[in-house]
Amino acid sequence: MKKFKKIFMLLSVTMTLSVTVPETMADQRSYTYTYDYFKFERESPDAYTATDIITGNQFGIGDFKNADGLFVRGNDLYVCDTGNNRIVVFTKLENGELEVKEEIKEVTGAKVTTLAGPTDIFVTKEGDRYIVDKQNQRILHTDSDNNVILELTKPEDETIASNAEFFPNKVLVDNTGRIIALVDGYNEGFLQFTPEGEFIGYLGANKVKFDPLDYLWKSFATDAQKAQMIQFVPTEYSNLAFDKEGFIYATTDVFDVAEIRTNQATPIRKLNATGQDILVKNGITNPMGDLSWGAAGDVKDASRFNDITILDNDIYMAIDRTRGKIFAYDYQGNLLYAFGGIGNKLGYFQNVTSIEHIGTDLYVLDGRSNSITTFSLTEYGELINTAIQTYVDGYYQESGEYWKEVQALNGNYELASEGVGRAFMQAEDYEKAMEYFERTWDDDNYSKAFKLYRKDWIEDNIGTVISLIMILIVLWASKTIFKKIKGGILDDDY
Amino acid sequence: MTTIKKKSRIKNEKLAKYLDSLKFGLYVSTHPLDGFWDLIRENRGTVAAANTFVFLVLAVNLMKLQYTSFLFLAIDWEKVNILVELAKVLLPGFLAVISNWGLTTLFDGKGRMVDIYMGLAYSAVPYIMIQIPMIILSNVFTRDEGAFYYYFDTFSMLWCAGLVLCAVMMIHHYTLTQSLLAIAATGVGMLIMIFVFVLFFSLVTDSFSYFISIYRELMFRLY
Repeated sequence: MKKFKKIFMLLSVTMTLSVTVPETMADQRSYTYTYDYFKFERESPDAYTATDIITGNQFGIGDFKNADGLFVRGNDLYVCDTGNNRIVVFTKLENGELEVKEEIKEVTGAKVTTLAGPTDIFVTKEGDRYIVDKQNQRILHTDSDNNVILELTKPEDETIASNAEFFPNKVLVDNTGRIIALVDGYNEGFLQFTPEGEFIGYLGANKVKFDPLDYLWKSFATDAQKAQMIQFVPTEYSNLAFDKEGFIYATTDVFDVAEIRTNQATPIRKLNATGQDILVKNGITNPMGDLSWGAAGDVKDASRFNDITILDNDIYMAIDRTRGKIFAYDYQGNLLYAFGGIGNKLGYFQNVTSIEHIGTDLYVLDGRSNSITTFSLTEYGELINTAIQTYVDGYYQESGEYWKEVQALNGNYELASEGVGRAFMQAEDYEKAMEYFERTWDDDNYSKAFKLYRKDWIEDNIGTVISLIMILIVLWASKTIFKKIKGGILDDDY
Repeated sequence: MTTIKKKSRIKNEKLAKYLDSLKFGLYVSTHPLDGFWDLIRENRGTVAAANTFVFLVLAVNLMKLQYTSFLFLAIDWEKVNILVELAKVLLPGFLAVISNWGLTTLFDGKGRMVDIYMGLAYSAVPYIMIQIPMIILSNVFTRDEGAFYYYFDTFSMLWCAGLVLCAVMMIHHYTLTQSLLAIAATGVGMLIMIFVFVLFFSLVTDSFSYFISIYRELMFRLY
């Protein structure tokens, strides 16, 4: 009887445990995730964790209002506090704390003028500032003391209607002083200006798509209807940023959801000097954010990127305003991890507007909750970074070791398996490499490894194979000869 | 001479007939017109052999899922349902036989339903003969050599399609144009059958939910 009691106790304990444990697990969906080969969401450890949330009030300068842009130069963080008509300059101290350095509210030109709804700022290495003074319809080039050097207004050009308004939104300035501006409602690409402020044309215009169906419609449409249709000319960019080599990364949020499904959409682009898209797209799909989504909480659209930042190791991160998520891609266009979401907790957002980085730390500006969330790299994220960096530097074996560590932390991670496989391939252990590539459905690398494996196999076994074939031929030949002899003898029977 | 020899080797006459009709499948796939005529008119085929071919097609399809190299057939196992895989072959086959029999009986076809079933099953022989080696070979090909794989994959299907056409011609005594028309009509017939079935099904569910809601309403009122 005692024995029974013991067993009963054990049973009841294990049963209660087995009921409670999965429940607590199921309650928590992972914050970070990746996509697998079948475009299925896979949980992932956190590569970045939200460390802090910054509001204006903490620094005694009043809360931000509809803040729209972030910019980083060195250790300075510029926050374009659009709703309060000011730009706040923070500086990051040695201990990681931020400190208010300056508030830009007005600039000194011929006379002192105040800013109205600044949406972006660019600061050159020398300290010159380019401020997008949106509501005043101008871009200001000032020195570090806010004395106006140049005021850019609507360019006189035949491609621009004389009654069109000029609302610049974002600005970049390259090493030669060329000013590249994103202007609202101008859909021929970015506007380029010389350092002296002369308009020299557009950059990165979208290809005009020819749709036979549109053509058919147009042939039936009345003039008034046609005039309506012209308004549908696509694409405006949503933001732009430099990488460390001076290439422009641009994001656009104008595309069809159908283009996501067919892998046609290119919401993230890397533009060269002539405006061609040269982004490397070797991932499962183009870098385009979420690959599959439900309609939970009335959020059902594709990812629409608002801003992008490119880390020094060529990993770029784009923020998706649809779901408040951050997507990180490596230099090959593979999705490394995605994290974030809409919500009120730390690490979730209401309406993301801008992202920037200092070193590996991320700063994400939220235009509705008027705060900046800071993220710092975890051990897992650090491992991924080193694994990629060592591979880029040519230390394939070391890279493989790092990927192995990543894989130990995240068994779902296809890039890790691929990384380990590549290390085996470099070490000429093709069979092992194939095993890892097969796990991640990496047909390209698998084919390469298999080709070499097959070659080795044939070289090793060519003797056996040929002798086997010879034996078969001899056997077959002797059989027919034997049959002939036998048939000759037995022929008389019939 | 040869027939005497064979008879002496296998004692069981039924088994001998079955094996012969199996072997006849090979003859049919290389000499379709002659083959399908003899299959029905000379009683060279057996239903047992036809069943065997259907079973083999199902087996080949399942083996294809399991053993084809992932380079050519990437399968998300979480989404595979074996019953669905079987139904993918059996259901269209079943519908095709019914639809073809229904139509050809009306339009002077000479074939019985068994004949049609046998014709369809014997048409699948090249599929079995080509797919099995292709499953093995897919594991020795790299992606660059995939053209061979896809070529033979398509080739086996086209061969089967040709055999089906010959089967319809021979079984029903149709000319080429008549057979092509019959096949097209069979396709339409299949669609109509599916449509009627789906319509019936949705009507039944609708009427069920109607009575259920009446029942619920009554329960709410009464209690």
